[in-house]
Amino acid sequence: MSAPGNDQIATSAGRSNNLLARLILRRILLGFGLLLAASMLVYGGVEMLPGDFAATYLGRDATPESVEHVRKELGLDRPMIQRYGEWLGGIVQGDFGTSWSNHNSVAEQLWKRLGNSMLLAVASAAIAVPLALGLGMIAVRYRNRFPDRAISILSLAAVSLPEFFIGYLLIQFFTVQLGVAAFPATVYDGMSLGERLSAIALPVLTLVVAVLAHMMRMTRSAILNVMSSPYVETAELKGLSALRIIAEHAAPNAVAPIVTVIALNLAALVVGVVVIEVVFVYPGIGQYMVDAVTVRDMPVVQACGLIFAAIYIVLNLLADIVSILANPRLRHPR
Amino acid sequence: MEMKKSNLIGMDLAANRRDFLKGTIGAGLLLGGLAGAAHAQAAATPKKGGTLKLGIDGAATTDTLDPAKVIGSFAFLVARTIGDTLVTSDPATGKALPGIASSWESSNQSKDWVFKVRNDITFHNGKKLTAEDCAQTIRRHMKEESGSGARGMIASIETVEAKGEELHVRLSESNVDLPLVFTIHLLMIQPNGGMDNPAEGVGTGPYKLVSFEPGVRAVFEKNVNDWQDRGYVDSVEMIAMNDATARIAAISAGRVHFINAVSPKTVTLLKRAQNVTILNAPSRGHYTLPMLVDTAPFDNNDLRLALKYAIDREAMLQTTLGGFGTIGNDFPINATYPNFPSDIEQRAYDPDKAAFHFKKSGHDGPVVLRTSDGTFPGAVDAAILYQENAKKAGIQIEVKREPADGYWNNIWRKAPFCMSYYGSRLTQDLMYATEHLAGSPANETNFNRPDFDKLIKEARVVEDEAKRAELYRAAALMVRDEGGSIIPVFNNNINAATSALKGYTEDVGNDMSNGYVASRVWLEA
Repeated sequence: MSAPGNDQIATSAGRSNNLLARLILRRILLGFGLLLAASMLVYGGVEMLPGDFAATYLGRDATPESVEHVRKELGLDRPMIQRYGEWLGGIVQGDFGTSWSNHNSVAEQLWKRLGNSMLLAVASAAIAVPLALGLGMIAVRYRNRFPDRAISILSLAAVSLPEFFIGYLLIQFFTVQLGVAAFPATVYDGMSLGERLSAIALPVLTLVVAVLAHMMRMTRSAILNVMSSPYVETAELKGLSALRIIAEHAAPNAVAPIVTVIALNLAALVVGVVVIEVVFVYPGIGQYMVDAVTVRDMPVVQACGLIFAAIYIVLNLLADIVSILANPRLRHPR
Repeated sequence: MEMKKSNLIGMDLAANRRDFLKGTIGAGLLLGGLAGAAHAQAAATPKKGGTLKLGIDGAATTDTLDPAKVIGSFAFLVARTIGDTLVTSDPATGKALPGIASSWESSNQSKDWVFKVRNDITFHNGKKLTAEDCAQTIRRHMKEESGSGARGMIASIETVEAKGEELHVRLSESNVDLPLVFTIHLLMIQPNGGMDNPAEGVGTGPYKLVSFEPGVRAVFEKNVNDWQDRGYVDSVEMIAMNDATARIAAISAGRVHFINAVSPKTVTLLKRAQNVTILNAPSRGHYTLPMLVDTAPFDNNDLRLALKYAIDREAMLQTTLGGFGTIGNDFPINATYPNFPSDIEQRAYDPDKAAFHFKKSGHDGPVVLRTSDGTFPGAVDAAILYQENAKKAGIQIEVKREPADGYWNNIWRKAPFCMSYYGSRLTQDLMYATEHLAGSPANETNFNRPDFDKLIKEARVVEDEAKRAELYRAAALMVRDEGGSIIPVFNNNINAATSALKGYTEDVGNDMSNGYVASRVWLEA
């Protein structure tokens, strides 16, 4: 009779599912807590920045009265805690306030700019992630041989160059010398997807080069770690081809560290592209934030800061969840 | 009024933003070879058609189409491309020329003015332009809530009234330069003065606005009903390029026809590029080292003179501006202004004289000079250079580097000796009124001399040019020899164009052909 055994398995599975759900739920709650803390930091940090909007806005013409007038108009004379509460309350309802300098809704511009940045990030990730995984596996397959060395040297070279420099090199080569790539990468309303993709070719290439190495190196070392495991030896003894062993047996067990690195790099693709956006004249969220910082347009800076924090937290959360799901020890606890 | 100094954060993207243009007028000089070149170009037969692409800095997401709030080069060009002003100015001489107003006359010692408004102009929205639209425009800029950058310049206007086709303006004090004030891009005439919708983007200019994305780009099409039939190209695309290197890349690759704000450091490299022409024009913008004349130790004129003689202007011109500029003579006027007093002796670097005045001043110990990266490009280098110059005269200058953030609020006009700059002004009067008149919020040296103020105010009433020149000469001498400002250099405006772009005209009015570049050039295939 196998009934008791089945029962046992079912309970164990139920328990593990339960535990898994609890683990994930805890991560999500933690994520929210973190986001709340980040919102306080963003709001407080921006408040503490030296130089206030009124004085900056009025510049050389500032008189104490006019500064006071502007501060009052913007409600800056009220306590910070109160303003923070209203700000957070608005954001929960999707209202990021209005820009101080042009009185437009922040949310409207923010989503548009974020969309542009996401397009750049998604296009880069779509190329960089598979490429990094593939190259990492090839490097393992030909470990310490020519392909591995070539991949290592090239990726290390790429990672040592600052992003903006890679960008300028690509502009110099593809736009100025060859004249094949579009520049500037300005995108605007009414452009078709095809036009947009062709406009962003160079920044995407730059970002791919910039984030590729990190992910590739991590894939390589994580897979190498598990290559010495007994089950890999078994697979080898079964007579499977080297690439198949790597792709089917080693890689899935090396998922956790790889996913973490990928998540970090994806976050960097959205959050860290400020410089690239400037170099390629790309209207993304980074450029939006820089513009706002220049004129101390606090609602915009705060909204951008919060969005950046949220993206970082969400991507790390996803990486954690994937790691949990991918870890057999967590899925089937004893 | 006046230009704004905003606190800029690092890098090129911000460095050129809001530098020159807020409410500042003037720049450029049409002299010698340049005049010849411009003339030769203008003589060629203009070609119609094509799309002109401009790569322009100083754009921000916070830009608006409200002309009252134009800041930065990008918004300035937009205003000039879609809008017209009551009066325009002669590119070569800077003298007032008819615009929307076909003629004008003044009475009562230039206090009462009557402008005749043309009756054949329509706005882009099809409405006919009337004198009332002009009156409303001026009225709106007079109001505090408009936030207009022109408010200070029209502060002496008491009443504006439209009477038929005439616009009557009454001033509280005489001003023979009033027509020039009406050439400011901020004062472009809008339907009902922009009272209903100031950011409508509707004017009477040579091009109509098709689309505008703040901080990204603006697109224009030719206004086929233009009252003067200006403009050669069919459409104009203005692309926001705040990054200096991006502009250089775009022009080198021929992706745009014109870029502005080329850094003096990259000009020599850009010159090597084929098909790129450098457009280099003297401007009225200048760098200053203000000393507070009412604060010790700078309340001593000998110390001020010592510091004026201790600076090597030629070296500063070469190092900070790469030679793209002219040296200054410690008064804020150069040869681009009418009635420039050219016979005043140029002050030169003279360590002996500096040492003499320093000793005579009785001052002992180092002099603290505050500066910052954000003051003007190369300000810190200039300060270090000055420190070396002064050492030879036995004067010890202690350079204190301040954060660019908050410089204009915390250091400028507060520290007794620092660095600063000014953009161009329409007239000598406006320049002196800003920089040296008692009570001006931008009087950065606290210069307070009733006899000087009297000279400047007298020049506003005098219509005789020779007499005015005499008054301005006296004012210049007073500032040069007794004022608190060291004015070592005037910076040039440097732009670049591809060889396909023809007909570019220098304009003493302001940078980028006084903002009219889009309607003054044509494209050769």
